[in-house]
Amino acid sequence: MNWYGIRAIYKFEMARTWRTLMQSIASPVLSTSLYFIVFGAAIGSRMGEIDGVSYGAFIIPGLIMLSLLSESISNASFGIFFPKFSGTIYEVLSAPVSAFEIVAGYVGAAATKSIILGALILITARFFVDYEIVHPFWMLGFLVLTAVTFSMFGFIIGVWADDFQKLQIIPLMVITPLTFLGGAFYSINMLPELWQKITLFNPVVYLISGFRWAFYGVADVNIGVSLGMTLLFLLLCMTSIWWIFRTGYRIKT
Amino acid sequence: MEPIISVRGLGKTYTGGFTALKNVNLDIRRGEIFALLGPNGAGKTTLISIICGIVNPTSGSVSASGHDILRDYRKARSEIGLVPQELATDSFESVWATVNFSRGLFGKAPDPAYIEKLLRQLSLWEKKDSRIMALSGGMKRRVMIAKALSHEPSILFLDEPTAGVDVELRQDMWEMVRGLRESGVTIILTTHYIEEAEEMADRVGVINHGELVLVEDKHTLMQKMGEKELSLHLPEPLQAVPESLADLPLSLSEDGSQLVYRFDIKSSDTGIAELLRRLNDANIDFRDLHTRESSLEEIFVGLVKGARREKEQQLTGETQG
Repeated sequence: MNWYGIRAIYKFEMARTWRTLMQSIASPVLSTSLYFIVFGAAIGSRMGEIDGVSYGAFIIPGLIMLSLLSESISNASFGIFFPKFSGTIYEVLSAPVSAFEIVAGYVGAAATKSIILGALILITARFFVDYEIVHPFWMLGFLVLTAVTFSMFGFIIGVWADDFQKLQIIPLMVITPLTFLGGAFYSINMLPELWQKITLFNPVVYLISGFRWAFYGVADVNIGVSLGMTLLFLLLCMTSIWWIFRTGYRIKT
Repeated sequence: MEPIISVRGLGKTYTGGFTALKNVNLDIRRGEIFALLGPNGAGKTTLISIICGIVNPTSGSVSASGHDILRDYRKARSEIGLVPQELATDSFESVWATVNFSRGLFGKAPDPAYIEKLLRQLSLWEKKDSRIMALSGGMKRRVMIAKALSHEPSILFLDEPTAGVDVELRQDMWEMVRGLRESGVTIILTTHYIEEAEEMADRVGVINHGELVLVEDKHTLMQKMGEKELSLHLPEPLQAVPESLADLPLSLSEDGSQLVYRFDIKSSDTGIAELLRRLNDANIDFRDLHTRESSLEEIFVGLVKGARREKEQQLTGETQG
């Protein structure tokens, strides 16, 4: 195992985070704070409880997931896309590092950034609403699992994208709508029956539901199903990455 | 001695159908400077990219220091450093960070003393904290070399190392390359500047249309394939080569002021004595004379043109057949 290689990629990617602190950390924390002010404090104070949880507290897991998903994807996709774009990918390809080590470096750094961001949002939320975490270990487990899974998904997008527009299109046009419609701001039980069934095709529902269960012990879908769906998506991402390195898809000619 | 790089039956056909390499066989000797020459699109960069692991081969095998580049890629790649043709750098990184990154990527433990020595050798030490984007093109090229040498490779590929750099930097690089060879590093360079190969290489390989046309010791090549010219400066210009000398390989310069005689370097009888005698018989005087050997560039151009003619003849033959 080339530990120095993994560390080099990881450190390089993390250095980019500290270099772009405003964009990487401060900006998502600020936008999430605005969500808390608008939905939690202003609108939330006029809304009733959902499943016994105040509205301000109810939206915390969804808001963390919203940032976690988009940041995991954008960090990891940019991490691998930029060396392709600038041509510096030659160095990674010619180095004695395996596909696993390359992914560990890029995905590890992207997931770390997202987890730091999730923790910061959680701390920020405390300034606006009271909340408790019923299953803290499960909460941490879901946080890490989701960050790693979606960083892998971001890695795949970064490999697939051959211009900046493609890099943005999946997070903006697919992930953000799915998160908003995945129960970030409401319980899917509040939807008409037909829409409840349709919503179950949205994979983000399972992530938010599982994460919310870890916070408050209440969920839209069974926790086992949530965990299973998340693991299934992780497996899909791992298989896709394995295929990318096996065939050299958009990395090697 | 076992070659440090061994290429056997290497072929590469890209997805679009373009064949960049055809059955290339090549041995690079340990410790030599090998110059790979060829026109644009000949397959030089593809060959280097396959050896370094950037491009997948379609057929054939390559070993570096006895390690197969696919089966034993870790050991093979650890031995190799690459300076690519394009100036691809992490613009926002500092020189120090990017060179240390490269060392780590190649699985080497941090060694600040070695990196300092390397940066000093490449006159980069003063710029170690500068962002790469703030450096000149020449300095960026040095950074690329520092990155390639950061893991102390025994084989160094330089793909067009002096393209677009000024004369002074080119001389510095030649000096550095010689220094590396003295320290035991095997160097393979591709270049458009034939004088570069002539100046530095021990052996020369010529590649054209994906085929290795020849591999030869530089001096042997220049002796074997080179011609020599004897130019005679005439006091009075001539209109044409006199008929009495028409059977000799003589030509007249455009202004008629020089007679140029071409002869084979390796021939025991150059025919110069006879030429001088017959010039005397024809009452042709000369006020000065000098000789010149054909350069590697002329040999290279001749080889490439020859290969092209051969290909055209083949094609014509196939069409007629």
